[in-house]
Amino acid sequence: MNSRKIVIIGGGSAGIAAAIAAYNNGCDDILLLEKDAELGGILLQCIHNGFGLHRFGEELAGPAYAEKWKDMLKDLPVEVKTDTTVIHLDSDRNVTYVNPAEGYVTVKAGAVIMALGCRERSRGAIATPGYRPSGVWTAGTAQKYLNMQGYLVGKRVFILGSGDIGLIMARRMVLEGAKVLGVAEIMPYSNGLPRNMKQCLDDFDIPLYLSHTVTDIRGKDRLNGITISRVDESLNPIKGTEIDFDVDTLLLSVGLIPDTALLSEAGALLHPKTKGAKVDEHMMTSVPGIFACGNGLHVHDLVDFVSMEGEEAGAAAAKYVKGEFIPKKGYELMPGDGVSYVLPCVVSPDIMEDELEIKLRVKDNRRNVRLVLREGDKTIKEVRKLKTAPSEMEKVVVKKAELAAISGPMTLAVEDMG
Amino acid sequence: MYDIIIIGAGITGSFIAHDLSKKKCSVLVIDRDADVGNGATMANSAIVHAGYDPKPGTLKAKLNVRGNRMYPDICRELGVTYKNCSAFVVATDSEESEVLDRLAGQAADRNIEYKDLDGNAARDLEPNLSGAVIRALEFPTTGIIYPWNVAIALMEEAVINGTELRLNEEVTDIDCVSQSNSDAFYRVKTTAGSYEGRYVINAAGVYADKVYSMALKKESDFKITPRRGEYYVLDEMAKPVVSRVIYPVPGPNGKGVLVVPTIHNNVLLGPNSLPIEDKEANCNTSEALSYVKSAVSKTVENIPFDKVIRVFAGLRPSGDAGDFVIKESDELKGFVNVACIESPGLASAPAISEYVINEVMKEAFSFADKEEYIRRKPIVYMNELGDEAKNEMIKQNPAYGDIVCRCCQVSRGEIEDAINRPVGATTVKGVKKRVGPGLGRCQGGFCEPLVVDILAKELGKDKAEIRYDSPKSVILMEETKKGAL
Repeated sequence: MNSRKIVIIGGGSAGIAAAIAAYNNGCDDILLLEKDAELGGILLQCIHNGFGLHRFGEELAGPAYAEKWKDMLKDLPVEVKTDTTVIHLDSDRNVTYVNPAEGYVTVKAGAVIMALGCRERSRGAIATPGYRPSGVWTAGTAQKYLNMQGYLVGKRVFILGSGDIGLIMARRMVLEGAKVLGVAEIMPYSNGLPRNMKQCLDDFDIPLYLSHTVTDIRGKDRLNGITISRVDESLNPIKGTEIDFDVDTLLLSVGLIPDTALLSEAGALLHPKTKGAKVDEHMMTSVPGIFACGNGLHVHDLVDFVSMEGEEAGAAAAKYVKGEFIPKKGYELMPGDGVSYVLPCVVSPDIMEDELEIKLRVKDNRRNVRLVLREGDKTIKEVRKLKTAPSEMEKVVVKKAELAAISGPMTLAVEDMG
Repeated sequence: MYDIIIIGAGITGSFIAHDLSKKKCSVLVIDRDADVGNGATMANSAIVHAGYDPKPGTLKAKLNVRGNRMYPDICRELGVTYKNCSAFVVATDSEESEVLDRLAGQAADRNIEYKDLDGNAARDLEPNLSGAVIRALEFPTTGIIYPWNVAIALMEEAVINGTELRLNEEVTDIDCVSQSNSDAFYRVKTTAGSYEGRYVINAAGVYADKVYSMALKKESDFKITPRRGEYYVLDEMAKPVVSRVIYPVPGPNGKGVLVVPTIHNNVLLGPNSLPIEDKEANCNTSEALSYVKSAVSKTVENIPFDKVIRVFAGLRPSGDAGDFVIKESDELKGFVNVACIESPGLASAPAISEYVINEVMKEAFSFADKEEYIRRKPIVYMNELGDEAKNEMIKQNPAYGDIVCRCCQVSRGEIEDAINRPVGATTVKGVKKRVGPGLGRCQGGFCEPLVVDILAKELGKDKAEIRYDSPKSVILMEETKKGAL
């Protein structure tokens, strides 16, 4: 059987960055597998601006951001296979892929980096009542039709969910001549980045219906109307609050879910909240030698952070195959009050790098708070924040020295500044 | 002039067309939908019930038992999957246990294999069975299929052997033309043409009463009030929550709310049963969906509701007589109603066809057998092949190594085959029914644009002409000013 030191599954922003970082950290035998005809992943259909500010200090469109990374990769001795889909992964890191030229091939990897990205929650997953006509798509699918194939899916559009792709598609559809009648968000606050709320909705006078959801979908063949209703505190629709819209298109931007089919097959433990893998301080899953990063690990707000996480995983995998650290059972890191999830889930202070970036999402919008990392009652680290929002991923950086004395599980909580 | 016109290309019409295609007679099948098996056949529990449940003495009882025994061989001959998954009917109290006594008695009378298990023995076999279950009857001959795949395969083989199929044509009127009493024939008018046939088989599902009324020129003597059933579909899992069909004890509204594994390790939860006047109202409602959720939780625990990937609703063609209506009209000679085919219609379908041809119309349909009968070439599903066979396929046609649907791992080669074979797919839904892209957890989010692309190429159409299902189910409205970037 073929064997490779590192196999990276997924050639989007996380996977490309992981490949470069793995090489820069001393691995000279890397195979990068991408299912589409070219590298870049979902960036290729994101033709709007806003990528690269954190990583490159400039605002780029998705394809241009991908191009920068592809340029960095192209002279490196990393083998790239496009049009190649991974079919199986087992806990011994045997990777089976298929492509038209080679057929089915199994490769034994020293380390595997999972960089598969995420999928959009569908209408079925949220079980919206009504008929099942053509005209209901996830925002990303409509984006693919529009930006990759050059076709408009509809003329009168309503959008369910205030996720960023939905907001960006609202503006994009308007610019292509469609009428966007509104955006409904089941939560009492928006899920998109503030800048997208402003630039995609406010600037185009598109109304936002907070605490509303779609409660009926009409049309036997093509969608011809929807109903939205206000929801109560338990998110159940309230009778008598219905508003009808005559629309031919309903776009859904109701959440993204990491793609974990292969991780499950390999037996990796999954995180109940992120729906991605549970990872340690080296981005390693519960299966030794299998690493995860990017939107395939947890859903990010900005691609820059996806790339940076890919770099982390690439570096860690390179060190793993060189035997520079031996994974060990660390101390648990758990979400405390007001925090929805924290990554990593376990930390071994003695083998961690000099710094560890802890990523978290809070449960609700708050002002003047502090993020507090504790072991029992003992405070390890405290970071003040003017405001926090579920739509924005937060980070707490801790130094190796700060964790040196840890001897038990830790929690990370959000607390009001008294 | 056709010998026989069949109205309806659901599972019943397809079985009859298929079985008649072995005989020397000319057959036309008409359906209003864009594809074979698009009505009740597309939206049901997909179970070949063992046959212990229907009331003694009914056609339902007789044809279900016979149909269950016919299916495995028929599916093997057609090259479609039949999975003999077995089933439990479970009781949670002594009253329900008495119902099991009755079912066990009926099974014994009908020579249907069964086992009687106490709650713990049943839980040993199905660990997620509710702790409240005190007893279960196991019916090992229960099977699962993809009903639409069976219907499509049947119709494909019928068409290969000379049957004509007209889709997207709705029957608008039927006249009995009587030149002389012995020479009577029917003129069937549709939205696209007019056809003449010596016999008409009415297999029009929920519309069978309307179709009969058209010919009768008065109210049909049976009335179909559809009963809507709603379902959840759970994502494919390595170990689904159950491996057998789990039935509660049957009640006045039918078999109750079930937990059903599918061939590809998804799980169906449902259906409820609600009479509905509107024959088009196959929509989901939040009330029914929450009812289904609470009902399945009575028989099975640990159902992963966070793995729901789809909801759907189907309409059962339920008649007012309580049994199938399968007979030649008393008033219109040569007009055969195959109506009110509600549950266990799917399980009975092969036996219904046999009953129509060999009993109801025995003399009229005594056409000689064809000397030569051509079998269809089964669809090659890459997932079902061993590694060597997969690589052999890809060597012959590299399109089989190009994965289009990542959730269900369907290749471009399989999709092209689904489009180009007899009774091929012409729509996105047609492709999904035959080879599966879009059935998985992304529900076509990733692959639909790719499937549209392949359909356009293979059918020689513009992408904007490709439909999801019916001719009105437009996907792409217009090309943008700039075209593709």
